[in-house]
Amino acid sequence: MERGMGFNVTELEAMAKRCRRNIVKMVYNAGAGHPGGSLSAIDMLVGLYGHRLRVDTDSPKASDRDRFIMSKGHASPGVYAVLHERGFLTESDLDTFRKLGGSCQGHVDMKWCPGVDFSAGSLGMGLSFGIGCGLAATLDSSERTAWVMLGDGELQEGQIWEGVMAAVHHEIGNVKVIVDRNGIQNDDFCDHQMRMFDVSEKFSSFGWSVMEIDGHNMEEVVNAIDWADQVTDGPACIVMHTVKGKGVSFMENNPKFHGAAPSEEQFQLAMEELA
Amino acid sequence: MSAPSGGGASRDGYGAALLEMLDDDKVVVLEADLGKSTKSCLFRAEKPSHTVSLGIAEQNMMLVAAGMATSGYVPFASTFAIFSERGFEQVRNGIARPNIVVHLCGSHGGIHTGTDGSSAQSIEDLAIYRTLPNMTVIHPCDDISARELTLQLRNHDSPSYMRTARNKVPRAYSEDDIQKLQIGKGVVHREGDDVAILACGVMLNEAMNAHTELEQAGIHATVVDMHTIKPLDTKLIDDLTRKCGAFVTAEDHSVIGGLAGAVSEHVVANQPVPVEMIGVQDRFGESGGSDELLQIMGLKSSDIVDAVKRVIARK
Ligand SMILES: Cc1ncc(C[n+]2csc(CCOP(=O)(O)OP(=O)(O)O)c2C)c(N)n1
Ligand SMILES: [Mg+2]
Repeated sequence: MERGMGFNVTELEAMAKRCRRNIVKMVYNAGAGHPGGSLSAIDMLVGLYGHRLRVDTDSPKASDRDRFIMSKGHASPGVYAVLHERGFLTESDLDTFRKLGGSCQGHVDMKWCPGVDFSAGSLGMGLSFGIGCGLAATLDSSERTAWVMLGDGELQEGQIWEGVMAAVHHEIGNVKVIVDRNGIQNDDFCDHQMRMFDVSEKFSSFGWSVMEIDGHNMEEVVNAIDWADQVTDGPACIVMHTVKGKGVSFMENNPKFHGAAPSEEQFQLAMEELA
Repeated sequence: MSAPSGGGASRDGYGAALLEMLDDDKVVVLEADLGKSTKSCLFRAEKPSHTVSLGIAEQNMMLVAAGMATSGYVPFASTFAIFSERGFEQVRNGIARPNIVVHLCGSHGGIHTGTDGSSAQSIEDLAIYRTLPNMTVIHPCDDISARELTLQLRNHDSPSYMRTARNKVPRAYSEDDIQKLQIGKGVVHREGDDVAILACGVMLNEAMNAHTELEQAGIHATVVDMHTIKPLDTKLIDDLTRKCGAFVTAEDHSVIGGLAGAVSEHVVANQPVPVEMIGVQDRFGESGGSDELLQIMGLKSSDIVDAVKRVIARK
C-alpha cells in the first residue's frame, strides 16, 4: 500500500484548493450541509491522505490499511473531497451528497461510502473507536495506525475524556488525534457555549504528547504528521489552530456557516475566491 | 374541526411556548449546543439569566436539570431526539427513577428530518422513553399543539419527554381549538365506523389525507391525533375498539415499541381486534428529502390506505 500520494507541499496546497471548491459545490448543490468545519479541516485532511495514510482504492477494506476516523462526521464534504482526490469516489459520486441512495450521506458512513472507516454523526465517539483500532493493530502485530479527527466543540462530550484517559493507561502509541481548534461550534463560538480554555494543556495533563500548529500552513501540517508518527510510546495529539470556513471570505469565522449552504450569489462569490 | 391553513413545525411551537413562560421565574431552559435547532434559542435571547448552556454534553445536562428541579425550578432541557438518547441512562436513573420533574424535549425526531441521514434520525425515542416508569411521552403534530402541550407541562407533576419534528406540515389545529388538547387525551379529528387510524406527529397529516382517499372508496375512518403516547388514552381506545373494531397506527418511528407497541399492548390485553402498523420497518434511515423518505419507508397516506384495507379484511 502506498503511503500518501507522493505529493510535495506545493502539490498538496493545490489539492487543498480543489477540495475547497468541491466542498462548497457539494453543500451548494445539496442546499444543506456543513461547510465551516470542512473548510477548517481540509488542509489537514489533504496532508493525511496526500502525504501519509496507507490506503488502497482497489481494496478499501484491506486489513492492513491505516484508519482515518472523522469523529466530527458532519465535516463529511471535506472527507468526500479528499476521498475523491485519492480515487475512492468519482465526481458523480460527489453529486450524491445528501441525496437518496447516495454514497455521500449527510454524515460520513462506512456502510455507504468506500474509504470511510467509521460511521459518525454523533459527536464524541470517534476516539474510543480509534483506540479499539489501535489495540487490535497491536494484537495483530501490525504497523497500521489510527488517525482520529475531533472538533473542538466535540471535546465537550464526556466520552472524549474517557478515551483520553484510556489511551494513556494502555500506552497506545498507534493512535493519533487531531483537534480542529476553530473556536466555533453549532450555535455560536465555543467561548459562549462552553469554554475549554487551553486544550493542549488538558491533553498533556492526561499524559499525551502534544504539538500545536497552524492548521492552514501545509508545511506545518506535514511536519506535524511526521512528528506524530515518531511518537510511539503513547498517544499523540496535534492541536491545530484553524479558521472555520477558511478560504471563503463570508464563511470565515462565521458561526452561521457551521451548517448552512450558500445562496446562489454567495456560491458564485465563493467560486471566484477559490479560483 | 375546521381545516386550518398554513403549516407549522412542532419545534417552533416548543420555542413559542418557552417564550410564553418568560415571566415565570421558576422556568429554566437548558441547552446542549442545539438551541437554534430545538428553538430554545428564542428563550435564551430574551432571558439569558434563566438559560443554561451546557455545551455538547447531553449526559451532564440531564442531571444538571434534575438538580435544579429538586431546588424548586421547572427545567425544560432540549437537544435533538437522537442525542437525548446519549443521556438515556442518566434520564432513567437520575430523573425517572426518583420521579424528578424535568421536561426533556427531543427535536428533529423521525426520518422526516431528512438529508442529515441516519445518525440524526431518531426512530426509537418514543419506544425507549415509554419504557421508563413515571415518564410522560408526548409527540405533537404541529406548532400549535406543541405550544399548548408544552405550556401544560409547566404544571405537570411527572418528568416528560416530548418529541418535536424539524419540518413544517399542514396544521391540524387553529387557535380556536386548543382547548381540545389535553395531555393524555387523544383528539378525534374525523369520525367513522369502519376503522380507527391512530396517528402522531407528522403522520397525522398523512392520516388525514388517507381519510379523504378512503371516503372516496366508501370507507369511513376515525382519525385520532394520539399526541400522548404515555399515559395512553385507553378509554378512547376501548371506545374505538367497540365502535370500529380495527386499528391502524401511524408514526414516523420504528414499528417496534412506539405508538404501535403501546396501542397493541393495550388492545391484545383487553379486547383483541386486528391492528396494522405504519411506521419504519426494522431498519435505519438514510439521507434524502423528507417526502422521499416517507415514500421509501412506506409512510405515505397511500400506505395507510392499504393498511386500512388489510385491517378491515381481518375484522
Ligand atoms: C452527540 C451530539 N450532540 C450534538 C450534535 C449536533 N452537532 C452537530 S455539529 C455540532 C457542533 C460541532 O462543533 P465542533 O465539534 O467544534 O465541529 P466543527 O467546528 O469542526 O464543525 C453539534 C452540536 C451531534 N452531532 N452529536
Ligand atoms: Mg469547532
